Amino acid sequence: MLEIKCPYCGKRSQNEFSYGGDASVKRPELGKEISDKDWDDFVYLRKNLRGKHSELWHHVAGCRQWFKVLRSTATHEIFKTTKVNE
Amino acid sequence: MSQKFRLIKSGYIDREKKISFKFNGKKYFGFKGDTLASALLANGVHLVGRSFKYHRPRGFLGSNVEEPNALVQLYNGAKTEPNAVATTIELVEGLVAKSQNCFPSVSFDFGAINNFLSKFFPAGFYYKTFMWPKSFWHKIYEPVIRKAAGLGVAPLKPDPDRYEHKFEYCDILIVGSGPSGLASALSAAKNGAKVILAEDKPRFGGSLLTDEVTIGNKKGKDWADEKITQLKLMPNVIVKNRSQVFGYYDHNMMVMFERTRDHIENPSQFTPRQRLWYIRAKEVIISTGSIERPLVFGNNDRPGIMLASAAKEYMKVYGVIVGKKPIIFTNNDSGYDTAIEFKKNGIDPLILDVRSNSESSVAKEAKNLKINIKFSYGVVNALGYKKVNSAVIGKLNKEKSGYDNLENISCDCICVSGNWTPTVHLSSQSGNKLKFDDEINAFVPNQSRQNESTIGSARGLFTLKETLEEGFTKGYDLSKKITGKDLKTPTPTSNERIYEQHDKFWCMPLPKKKNYKRCVDFQNDVYVSDIELAVSEGFRSIEHVKRYTTLGMATDQGRTSNLNGLQLVSNIEKKIIPEVGHTTFRPPYTPVTIGTIVGREVGKHYRPTRKSPMHSWHTRNNAVFVDAGLWLRPRYYKQNKETLLEAAKREATNVRNNIGICDVTSLGKIDIKGPDSAEFLNRVYTNSWMKLPVGKARYGVMLREDGVVFDDGTTTRISENHYHMTTTTAQAVNVLSHLEYYLQVVWTELNVNVLSTTEQWAGVALAGPNSRNLLSKLFPETDVSNESLPFMGFKQADFFGVPARIFRISFSGELAYEINVESGYGVFMWEKIMEIGQEMNIEPYGTEALSTLRIEMGHVAGSEIDGRVIASDLSLEGMLSKKKDFIGKRSLNRTAFLNPEREKIVGVVPLDKKTMIPEGSHLVMDENADLPNPKLGHISASCWSVEYNNPFSLAILKDGNKKIGVKLYALSPLKNKSIPVEIVSSHYVDPKGKRVRS
Ligand SMILES: [Zn+2]
Repeated sequence: MLEIKCPYCGKRSQNEFSYGGDASVKRPELGKEISDKDWDDFVYLRKNLRGKHSELWHHVAGCRQWFKVLRSTATHEIFKTTKVNE
Repeated sequence: MSQKFRLIKSGYIDREKKISFKFNGKKYFGFKGDTLASALLANGVHLVGRSFKYHRPRGFLGSNVEEPNALVQLYNGAKTEPNAVATTIELVEGLVAKSQNCFPSVSFDFGAINNFLSKFFPAGFYYKTFMWPKSFWHKIYEPVIRKAAGLGVAPLKPDPDRYEHKFEYCDILIVGSGPSGLASALSAAKNGAKVILAEDKPRFGGSLLTDEVTIGNKKGKDWADEKITQLKLMPNVIVKNRSQVFGYYDHNMMVMFERTRDHIENPSQFTPRQRLWYIRAKEVIISTGSIERPLVFGNNDRPGIMLASAAKEYMKVYGVIVGKKPIIFTNNDSGYDTAIEFKKNGIDPLILDVRSNSESSVAKEAKNLKINIKFSYGVVNALGYKKVNSAVIGKLNKEKSGYDNLENISCDCICVSGNWTPTVHLSSQSGNKLKFDDEINAFVPNQSRQNESTIGSARGLFTLKETLEEGFTKGYDLSKKITGKDLKTPTPTSNERIYEQHDKFWCMPLPKKKNYKRCVDFQNDVYVSDIELAVSEGFRSIEHVKRYTTLGMATDQGRTSNLNGLQLVSNIEKKIIPEVGHTTFRPPYTPVTIGTIVGREVGKHYRPTRKSPMHSWHTRNNAVFVDAGLWLRPRYYKQNKETLLEAAKREATNVRNNIGICDVTSLGKIDIKGPDSAEFLNRVYTNSWMKLPVGKARYGVMLREDGVVFDDGTTTRISENHYHMTTTTAQAVNVLSHLEYYLQVVWTELNVNVLSTTEQWAGVALAGPNSRNLLSKLFPETDVSNESLPFMGFKQADFFGVPARIFRISFSGELAYEINVESGYGVFMWEKIMEIGQEMNIEPYGTEALSTLRIEMGHVAGSEIDGRVIASDLSLEGMLSKKKDFIGKRSLNRTAFLNPEREKIVGVVPLDKKTMIPEGSHLVMDENADLPNPKLGHISASCWSVEYNNPFSLAILKDGNKKIGVKLYALSPLKNKSIPVEIVSSHYVDPKGKRVRS
């Protein structure tokens, strides 16, 4: 079980959080033209890389804030956690 | 019965406290402080079980967790426990144990015939023998194999014992209280670190309990006792015995179980049986010691053959001699310790050492004691079936490939010592890639991947002096890093025997024309010949050899067999061991009872139960409850001997004709505030929200980004910047996370806050043609006329002094209202409504009637919004705004979504107007078509329509719009039913929706 430092609450156990996927994915702007391929990539395509991964986590059983975690998908090492806008 | 093998003195048992116990139906005595194993050995009992595959008689090999043979079944009935390791079970009054894997008894075992048929059961026999004919596997081979193999018997009743979980945090967790663990605990604790010291055995001290050493002029054990007492008095230290750290997980999450009750004679009923500890440690020190390896020779698995270290421990800790005519068979100096201990207790051992000589201090001591030592000798074959009674010993030739001479000598036990294997399981679990240490011929930890340090003999350091030095240093270094303090504890002086290099020779060759079985893995019954066969058949990777032969795959995780197996493969393959590689260790290090892992989360404690504020009223009024997610909701209110269906009909009919009241508290409620709330709703819902006036509610549908329907519900504008959203009971939690995601991550420019208020409001639905009539009596000061409070209207009003919210919304399709008050007033509201509604014959209705009402109206719910449908499938395409963008809209022009023959929601009526259609039934064209019968759709929800007095179902049907009037079959193989049906509109009752607006 990972230990994740919520930027608002501090270090807590993984079972208080839920995973929210790749943080580098940007939702296309509303109402803007977008090709089928770009939309499809946004909805379905994820990198699934090995190594440093910037991802979103949600402190569901805590402050209910979404935040970013830089984690190694190979070793689970967490390099840093930041607020979404940082 | 006398304990014939108990020494007069010695041992740390309490001879004042005699304990009686039963083994295989026979009564024996032991002492407090014994294990089941030591007590049996004191009584001369060696035969404890039968081997897994060949049912060969087996005795004790070890004295601790390494024991592969002595698995027993404890107690009877619900308390019974299979596969308990006899060497780790503390003796308590009334203990009952029996052997496993034998029939009718361990002494006469019918399955032993497998031993004589063993040439038919070689390595991989499961894969070879039972492949053909294929149809035999399921009916014949598998049941027979399952019965013949296997270990103990699982209990058939629920576990009556209680287990607990505990969370702990510390600076340094130290696993193992041997010299290195004790030293590091002491120096870390004195330097201010918060320390947990965990010992799996009842007694602290590890090797200090059995080794002839002194530390700081004290005997090893006395030093250990003194230090444990000191540590226990320190406020920053937790000292735990009977506590096995069995798992090393990510971010230094350690899991340990503590045996809290089984060793106590009359435990309080409140004492849990075991406690599971989750320990998050900043640093972990693994000082788990090492385990002796057996030597391999003919019939080396006979009862009476055991590890030399185990024999020594039985003497020193338990005052038990394992035999009176022992052979010590060794390839290193530690076997001499055992021989000397025998000699001190008045027994003459014979030492067979495969080395040509030893000049170590311990060998000299043995020589001085006039112990008979034969160098270049080894045991070739053990004789005796249920207990060893003699041995063929042989002088090895120079190449150690055969024998110069063989002779037969009598003995009653053989103590084997094949050098030491560091216990690296936890280090390996932590992600530490092990490396091979050629000097000790075993794997040791290499590069730590987490905050883990392995010290002492667990990393191959075998002298007490070095071990203590390392322990004190490591404890100081790590604690300094954490606490910043700088108090160094000096390492005390120590004295110990000096050992020489061991001989890597460990597997005795077969004499000419002999084909003895030589055991490598005792628990899984794997022999030298099995591994040779696997390699000759082409299995090269150690992982493949392991799976093919099952080497090291038993519950003992190959503690005594892995390295010997590896060495054998490396010998055959002429490769060095590092090239052969090793298998990865996984948790748990020792088997853990399921009850411990589950803890208190059994039955209703498995997950929380959510109850509405009116729950007590429902209970008092004969409600029969149903689980709705975590919620308990009244399914129906039973009157007399009604069935579920009868009650649902009665309750639903009363709503259609009169008035009913339903508890809708469990619906998700989300409070939305902020100046951008309308804009936000406009983005998350598919329809338009910019123009919803204050005091009005609107129905909305949400999609996921992939275009699939996510949830639906109504949202009401309470005031200019304040909305009240409702969700389905099932999706309440997910919808909140969804909204938070878009507000916090995607559209951070929106000034909106969301908050779950599900539990803050108690909610009831009043439904039926009489509901306005009743409402006017509940709110006499408020105008509730159709003009003032129209369909989808909202008012805040006073309910007998309590602030209330009235929503004119309807799930039942009838004229209906929902009233919310603060949760604490829920029962007050409910009882007041029942009291005033009595004259109109108001009746409560449960979820079954609620479903009936919504199904025959064609209103969708969770069984239709199942994560696979899009809005048009549910005939909700009118809800999709063409003027604005919203979540998931861009996905709606996917080819599959535009298919005109897509699924559509329809109604289904059985032709006989009698047979209820099981939910989940498939709709097919031809009931007799070849399997798999092409599926056109499925039944999502079924009810008995009270409006038409016949069964009615909703279905999701391919090209459903064009199938109205078509006759199909509803097939339910599960219920063995085929029902002829007709497809009708999903809006079975009041298709124009007049009633809700009346
Ligand atoms: Zn938080």
